[in-house]
Amino acid sequence: MNYWRNSWVAFTTILFKEIRRFSRIWPQTLLPPGITMALYFVIFGNLIGSRIGDMGGFDYIDYIVPGLIMMAVITNSYSNVVSSFFSTKFQRSIEELMVAPVSPHVILLGYTLGGVARGLAVGLIVTLMSLFFTRLQVQHIGLTIAVVFLTSLVFSLGGFINAVYARNFDDISIVPTFVLTPLTYLGGVFYSINLLPEFWQGVSLINPILHMVNAFRFGILGVSDINIGVALLLMAVFVVGLYLFSYRLLVRGTGLRQ
Amino acid sequence: MTTAISIRGLEKTYPNGMRALKGVDLEVAQGDFFALLGPNGAGKSTTIGILSSLVSKSAGKVSIFGHDLDTELMAAKRCIGVVPQEFNFSQFEKCQDILINQAGYYGIPAGEARERAEHFLRRLNLWDKRNVASRMLSGGMKRRLMIARALIHEPRLLILDEPTAGVDIEIRRSMWQFLEEINAQGVTIILTTHYLEEAEQLCRNIAIIDGGQIIHNTSMRELLKELQVETFLLDCRDVQAQAPVLAGYPCALVDDHTLEVQVDREQGMNGLFTELAAQGIQVSSLRNKSNRLEELFLRLVDGNAQKGVA
Repeated sequence: MNYWRNSWVAFTTILFKEIRRFSRIWPQTLLPPGITMALYFVIFGNLIGSRIGDMGGFDYIDYIVPGLIMMAVITNSYSNVVSSFFSTKFQRSIEELMVAPVSPHVILLGYTLGGVARGLAVGLIVTLMSLFFTRLQVQHIGLTIAVVFLTSLVFSLGGFINAVYARNFDDISIVPTFVLTPLTYLGGVFYSINLLPEFWQGVSLINPILHMVNAFRFGILGVSDINIGVALLLMAVFVVGLYLFSYRLLVRGTGLRQ
Repeated sequence: MTTAISIRGLEKTYPNGMRALKGVDLEVAQGDFFALLGPNGAGKSTTIGILSSLVSKSAGKVSIFGHDLDTELMAAKRCIGVVPQEFNFSQFEKCQDILINQAGYYGIPAGEARERAEHFLRRLNLWDKRNVASRMLSGGMKRRLMIARALIHEPRLLILDEPTAGVDIEIRRSMWQFLEEINAQGVTIILTTHYLEEAEQLCRNIAIIDGGQIIHNTSMRELLKELQVETFLLDCRDVQAQAPVLAGYPCALVDDHTLEVQVDREQGMNGLFTELAAQGIQVSSLRNKSNRLEELFLRLVDGNAQKGVA
């Protein structure tokens, strides 16, 4: 009983510390994605979008809104955990946790759900911002919430693994710059893969972000380029796989213990 | 006697092949104030790192108040508070938040954590800095904050790795007083320090580690008894042109007012003053040339190094 009570207190301590951290530095964490996405809405939605016409049976701005929300959620979930956990390592304050009787599960859940909290907070800001440019009508609310939560969790766990292996600040920017950004831009945020030649449609299906973006778009607009069941299964597999891998890293003390 | 720490055959080999510990055996009794001394690179911090779960051991058994680190890690962790050598808190967090968070990691709810944080911040004269980010504190304040953080969960064992490094003498003495108080309340303390005067003043028992092995483990009193010859500096009232000949007391002139005299433990000081008086030398003050423990420490470590060469 004490174990669960102590673990709950430790978990909420880490989670609230993470939420306080990104809230305290909101001009660096919450404001920039809001401004960036507002520019996307203005330029791609209103100015260029009006010349593109329909996409998947919707105005172009309506089509890209779910993708842009997901883009913000993905990058912010990842960057929150990777920067927070790496700076904890860098300042050696991770030792505060390592000397304490805190289970690796609690550390992992605290940090990754901290990342989810920021991902969802930014997602909410971008969603509210989008209401200035379009009327958003959610078709499947449960699915929308599940997809955004699972996606945020996947990338929070990814950020955690990146932080564990990172040895300097360069190491925490390589994956977001050279992996996440290209995959997100090629993940159907701005276009339907039906516009691509058949070969590139097949290649696009390898990109997990395509499945996440489309599942989210289906939740909001009711249209998708991919099978929703497969997308949900893929996300669940990623969550379980990355969680177990991260847990193993923590238990072994990889990058943390000499 | 209840054992606070039991270490048997502890070994550590780092991935680069460096053997930091070569079979350390050590016991520390509950309630002790114990010094673990050694030159740089001797294995002190590695031993402390293993006790506090920051370093993985290669072989051996360690238990804290009977809790084996291999089988009862969480229970063992609950017993320990660690004050590391290097500052290791978030530079951006406020002092009070650092303590409350640390309490949270031990399962102490926020309300109780706040009360404890206030108690220790007041006790260590940091209360007026409670809302200051830790990076804004002076070196001495940071050291005190680390002590407060280590005590927030009220551990039975406090491990201090050079807690007074870079701290001025006034703060150092107030920290000594505080550590003596918590030791008197029953907290076992293990101290590593380069200020041997500190170890001599505070600790009842002592182990000297060198080259990854314990080369001496005894009580402070017994250890100091091993010092057969002490060297004193005498400040003379009058100018001394040359070193006087004092029967049985080798003497050298340091400067025209200072003599250096070696005194064997068996001889005592009375004979020396008789000799000085006979020669009309008036002494205004005297002091040890170096700290007694320091002399012994250097002899033991040098002796160990020579054994290694031989």
